[in-house]
Amino acid sequence: MSKGSFTSALNMPDVPMGKLPDHLEVQRTRVVCKADAPIHTEGIQFSGAYAAVGVDNSNPLDKFKRDFKIDVIRLTKDEMEFDMIGIDAAIANAFRRILISEVPTMTIDKVFMVDNTSPIVDEVLAHRLGLIPLDADPRLFEYMSEHDVPNERNTIVYRLNVSCEKGSPRLTVKSDQLEWLPDGSKLHEVAPSYPGEQQKTYTSFSGSQLEVSRRALGVKHKDITIARLGPGQTIELEAHAVKGIGKVHAKWSPVATAWYRMLPEVILLKEIKGEEAKKLVKKCPVKVFDIEDLGNGEERAVVKSPRACTLCRECLRGESEEQIELRRVRDHFIFTIESASALPPEVLFKEAVEVLHEKCDRVISELS
Amino acid sequence: MEHGSLTDESSSTFSLIDEDHTLANSVRFVLNQDPRVSFCGYSIPHPSDNNVNIRVQTTGDSAKDVLKDALNDLAGRCKHVQVTFDKSVTGFKATQSTNEMKVDE
Ligand code: SF4
Repeated sequence: MSKGSFTSALNMPDVPMGKLPDHLEVQRTRVVCKADAPIHTEGIQFSGAYAAVGVDNSNPLDKFKRDFKIDVIRLTKDEMEFDMIGIDAAIANAFRRILISEVPTMTIDKVFMVDNTSPIVDEVLAHRLGLIPLDADPRLFEYMSEHDVPNERNTIVYRLNVSCEKGSPRLTVKSDQLEWLPDGSKLHEVAPSYPGEQQKTYTSFSGSQLEVSRRALGVKHKDITIARLGPGQTIELEAHAVKGIGKVHAKWSPVATAWYRMLPEVILLKEIKGEEAKKLVKKCPVKVFDIEDLGNGEERAVVKSPRACTLCRECLRGESEEQIELRRVRDHFIFTIESASALPPEVLFKEAVEVLHEKCDRVISELS
Repeated sequence: MEHGSLTDESSSTFSLIDEDHTLANSVRFVLNQDPRVSFCGYSIPHPSDNNVNIRVQTTGDSAKDVLKDALNDLAGRCKHVQVTFDKSVTGFKATQSTNEMKVDE
């Protein structure tokens, strides 16, 4: 062979230009779940990763706008599930992280104990109160910083005053017994020296909180047990709720949980027929596979509902291992939000996106 | 805060206070999409510190401008997610209420 006829490996006719070979395309767009562990888990983000074969790996803003899709699957008062398609895990994960730890809620943070003879000690009782979801829209309130005085725009005051009479049966204190005080604290910092003397209370409201909230504030669930009192026991306290985020303490987290999974994809690499097909259908606990009748008495296995796959890998055990491939679509997220706060899940998600937007704006203005 | 050099503005490290993986990982993704970027990455020096360092090296442009563009791009993506989400939710609620009406009939 003469020296002049040298061709680069990349210019050989069997290397497709402008298109990735199948195995690389799978690596780029799917996570493959093998029997022992998943492979290709790390996504390839670099836009020029496949420049050598003439493939552009970038996802510029206009392409993103064209391809991005959201499908709502389920939406109730407290729960929603939707498909988010065409977005990188980095951003989807940012939304999830923000939902859990950076979307604000109103939560009880300070408890003023007047009397507590219940079997639950003060600090445990205060902690329990902090975990009760309140029915107050955090968007109407402001954060209270260290030097702020508590007022109707940053503090919500609840009072709990229950006692169990001597001789009566035990009493269960439920969350709906927390009584909202729209005019602020009724506890005086210093005891009045004569009856009726006006003393400073622990809050300084300039008017009724009804003007801020425009509706009565309560608790989200009315049947949460706070404590149980025996005969002769009393709880009297005032609880002050402020605005905060889950990063500081999980009690401010607006979601019970927010999570996503990537869309499962189940591939039959070989045709599975007859007895083997029946065995496979039986193996899967969530009925991903089904039998298709081919006529002439033959039957084969087909993938019916891959979305239900829980990745238990049961189907990869035994002889069918070589015949099935489990994959996950890298840019298709099945997102679930369970709200545990006053706001419905769809509002929470929009708030979360807004938080990320604000973060960008903040850093841009800092850089300028 | 930016740590770079006065003579070569094509590479810099940006130290962001009060940020974590949430922003840094998203920005790294967007930076990776920019053909002007030759290297980018981020690190959190210590899990108890609330700051993150983002390293940007470019093929010549100012690292600061490239980072700013990336943040703008990310903000644009957020806007688009919000608009798309709004549309889908309104659509879903509309179909649901018509379905309910059918049940009532
Ligand atoms: S991994 Fe489990 S759930 Fe998924 S297809 Fe196999 S057996 Fe079914």
